[in-house]
Amino acid sequence: MEEKIVFCKGGGCTAKLGPGVLSRVLSMLPKGNPDPKLLIGFDSADDAAVYQVADDVAVIQTLDFFPPMVDDPYTFGQIAATNSLSDIYAMGGEVKTAMNIVCFPQSWDLNILGAIMQGGAEKVIEAGGVLVGGHSINDVDVKYGLSVMGLAHPSKIYANNGGHVGDKLVLTKKLGIGIVCTAHRVGEASKEAMDEAIKSMTTLNKYAAEACAKYDVHACTDVTGFSFLGHLHEMVDGKLSCKVYADQIPIIPEAVDYADEFLLTAAGQRNRNNTIQHVKFDEDISFAMQEILFDPQTSGGLLVALPADQAEQLVADIKALGLPGAIVGEMIEPADKEIYVTNLNK
Amino acid sequence: MIKVNAMGDACPLPVVKAKNAIKELGGAGVVEVKVDNEIAVQNLAKMAKQKGYGMKSHKISATEYDVTLEIGEGAAATGVADIPEECAIIPTAQKKIVVAINSNRMGHGHDELGAVLMKGFIFALTQQDVLPTTVLFYNGGANLTIEGSASLEDLKNLEAQGVEIMTCGTCLNYYNVSDKLAVGEVTNMYAIVEKLTQADLVVMP
Repeated sequence: MEEKIVFCKGGGCTAKLGPGVLSRVLSMLPKGNPDPKLLIGFDSADDAAVYQVADDVAVIQTLDFFPPMVDDPYTFGQIAATNSLSDIYAMGGEVKTAMNIVCFPQSWDLNILGAIMQGGAEKVIEAGGVLVGGHSINDVDVKYGLSVMGLAHPSKIYANNGGHVGDKLVLTKKLGIGIVCTAHRVGEASKEAMDEAIKSMTTLNKYAAEACAKYDVHACTDVTGFSFLGHLHEMVDGKLSCKVYADQIPIIPEAVDYADEFLLTAAGQRNRNNTIQHVKFDEDISFAMQEILFDPQTSGGLLVALPADQAEQLVADIKALGLPGAIVGEMIEPADKEIYVTNLNK
Repeated sequence: MIKVNAMGDACPLPVVKAKNAIKELGGAGVVEVKVDNEIAVQNLAKMAKQKGYGMKSHKISATEYDVTLEIGEGAAATGVADIPEECAIIPTAQKKIVVAINSNRMGHGHDELGAVLMKGFIFALTQQDVLPTTVLFYNGGANLTIEGSASLEDLKNLEAQGVEIMTCGTCLNYYNVSDKLAVGEVTNMYAIVEKLTQADLVVMP
């Protein structure tokens, strides 16, 4: 019996640099000449880059990797890959090829690395893609993820900021992943809560994306490290405002208890610091619910804006797939604040 | 006043440590928490606000902050709401008791006697009304959880009663007995440190 991994130090999307720090660095990078074929670059805070290569084909390119947030290497591989593949689905594309990106301590048992990469490879296959290579670095800590290439028709690309006034917002996974993983790390999470979080983190957004493809999606993003409100802020993009129905949002129930026990991440607080000025909470929105809305999600669900008369049918389709789906808000005319969080049933 | 050192601890550990200290106070008092980043200060502030504690923070440098939490009489009742009022001290049955066994012998003196005493200690442990939550084995202690150990039956008995039996993996490797572990699970230094630092009581025979 080998010594088990020293593996999980509170990773996943909680390990992201805060958007504040990041945008300061990005804004200083030289831009080069604009290329008209680059449909989406990092100017729009989107999930992936999109480059048109022919009239009817655009390439979607993305990279995502992070340190472990669970103790089991195989599960970690699945989660990291599911999370990386998600960016393609958030753009409306299909997964084609993927490459591993690995940091691993050379002195460790290589079976651990094998288990991580097996978990990842299985998810690439489930996504309908091909694993074509990768790059590995000897490092003191484990990190794993994928660089993924996908394809889409240029006219079918989902921007993350294309919402219209009157659109409904649909979310396709439960929130609370970061809080549950954090509670687990300090031994306070129930097995049921952690199992539910793992099941959610290893569920490909492929299925929700296929359901969305039948409708007139105006905007789509996946909810990850910057939290539900952080990603919603990117979606609203200073052009619109929106209402969020806090009591309609699907959450892992135990996350409320853990938030009330202050088992909160640093990333969650950074999200709050970065987004709070755009948000107005009604007085009856509890502290725990606020924290869940700022909670960094690892491999979170899709957040979709689409015409109001199509939203209920989309939710029904998503639920028929056995996934949690709900109408969680709506786009409104620009107002003082970008995001108004309220309870639908007072 | 209780001082808590949470330097180098990632969230939520500073808050978890502060909560433990507040429980230890068992009523009104002051808990001082040292942290190394401002986000941790903000997470402590959220707890203070929700629980109605007074809070002051003092920035010593960019990587050192002192946070003072003042738990008042009234606030204490909400602060430790999960503990019945008449016993603000944690009842023994709920305490995290960790037994740390760092040798296969108990005490210094004659080795043979030490081995007999250790066997007796572990047997006596099985007979207690309040069992420990965890028994950690490291260094020479790792020889007690493997095949052929005289305490194996007692340890299996403890495990069957819900006591965590954890043996240091590095130690098993060092003594070349990794494949002989016969009870409980393998653990690592991170988990050992966590068990020891988060225990209410550490027993070292």
